[in-house]
Amino acid sequence: MSERSMARAEGATVQPQLREVPAVRMEAVYKHYGDFTALNEVDLKVAKGEKIVVCGPSGSGKSTLIRCINHIEKHDEGLIYVNGVELDHQRKNIDAVRRDTGMVFQSFNLFPHMTVLENCTLAPMTANGMSEAEAKDLAMHFLTKVRIPDQAAKFPGQLSGGQQQRVAIARALCMRPKIMLFDEPTSALDPEMVKEVLETMKKLAEEGMTMLCVTHEMGFAREVADRIVFMNEGKVVEQAAPEEFFKHPKSERARTFLDQIIH
Amino acid sequence: MSHFSPTAAVSYFFNYFLMKGVLVTIGLTVAAVVGGLILGMGIALLRMSSNPVLAGAARFYIWFFRGTPLLIQLVVIYSGLPQLGIKFSVITCALVGLILNEAAYLAEIVRSGFMAVSAGQREAAWALSLSPWVTFRRVTLPQAFRLMIPPLGNSINSLLKATSLASVISVEELMRRSDMLMQEHFQILEVYAAATAYYLILTSVWDAVQRRLEKHFGRSSAAKARQVAASAPVAQASVEARA
Repeated sequence: MSERSMARAEGATVQPQLREVPAVRMEAVYKHYGDFTALNEVDLKVAKGEKIVVCGPSGSGKSTLIRCINHIEKHDEGLIYVNGVELDHQRKNIDAVRRDTGMVFQSFNLFPHMTVLENCTLAPMTANGMSEAEAKDLAMHFLTKVRIPDQAAKFPGQLSGGQQQRVAIARALCMRPKIMLFDEPTSALDPEMVKEVLETMKKLAEEGMTMLCVTHEMGFAREVADRIVFMNEGKVVEQAAPEEFFKHPKSERARTFLDQIIH
Repeated sequence: MSHFSPTAAVSYFFNYFLMKGVLVTIGLTVAAVVGGLILGMGIALLRMSSNPVLAGAARFYIWFFRGTPLLIQLVVIYSGLPQLGIKFSVITCALVGLILNEAAYLAEIVRSGFMAVSAGQREAAWALSLSPWVTFRRVTLPQAFRLMIPPLGNSINSLLKATSLASVISVEELMRRSDMLMQEHFQILEVYAAATAYYLILTSVWDAVQRRLEKHFGRSSAAKARQVAASAPVAQASVEARA
């Protein structure tokens, strides 16, 4: 671990301001798919600026959890507040929450018929009414930030997986979200592409972005996360700072999970 | 005695009366495609709706018009409906029949095109706060349209030839006018050789148009193919960056 990230990790142990409105608050949230319970009484609080890594075995509800936060998935019961706005299935509240959140998907989901630049400018221009020139400047700013400005005129299909995922991060950032949701952002990548995406995410974390990441990258979790949320069978089984979670997992399920993924 | 007169065939090809029939064939085809696409899109939207009554009505429509011959539909509209007091001009009958029939096929093509656009595309649009209209117009429609072009091309090719069925209800398109010339001069092979040449020219022109369309809307896929050649240095560069 680098010195800088050590310092950052220490800084993060400072308790977040409790009277501040949390970035995300979930209370007794349930989500069912037929007979299957994807989320089972989930409580979660994420402070502004906090970096959360959500992990757990497949089918444990990690993706469903973060997909409920921007209402891509509709929760069935319980309360979800994002920056104080209740996600109560009302259109205006859903819109408000989606404007505050950016999402990065496992399979990138870039628009294949648009260039990289058009992918980044579409939402600022149509949803925020930005002029084309402003939107282009904004897009180039974030494409430069993810170190890919020279690919702006290309189509997603011309880029490597890692480059596509960095474009997807830039595209989300162009809407200036306050919270970034990552749904297994490196799982679909060839091994040699994983690092460039994780580096981009680390940079974002260092700038103070509130982040929720579903990932199996335990090195990233150890280095960047303020807190690990471990899920199993739709429940949050335990949450702890990375050091604590990796050294002394409390639940048996977390111990077997860690045994399996850390070789 | 058997003979075939190439000169007569050529002269039928340049026969003004036959040429006007070609224009009617083209007109019927274009009108049926435009009308069929508009109606077909509407039916596809109903078919994809979550309302079971609307979806059921659309499914019934498609089942009915794809399940019966166009020839019967045309004859019923032309000769059958007047029995109920509903009467259209000949050309209107042909257009109504062709549009109703074509819409059933196009609805399925439109629907399959939209279904083939991955759910992830819509989710990305939601996550970016795009409005439903922008999502449709800029994200799903262009991708669905690209997927629709090959089956659409096929369907239009069939339709072009199916307009010849309108000859049965006395629309004077290419087929009907060939029949009329044939009955006048009894040069059966020569007249139909000219008509065949016209159908081949029309379908070939459409083939060429379709290829252009595919090329135009497939530019991002073509880019993908070019990328294969370029991918080796890209992978190399990222390995170097790590080192």
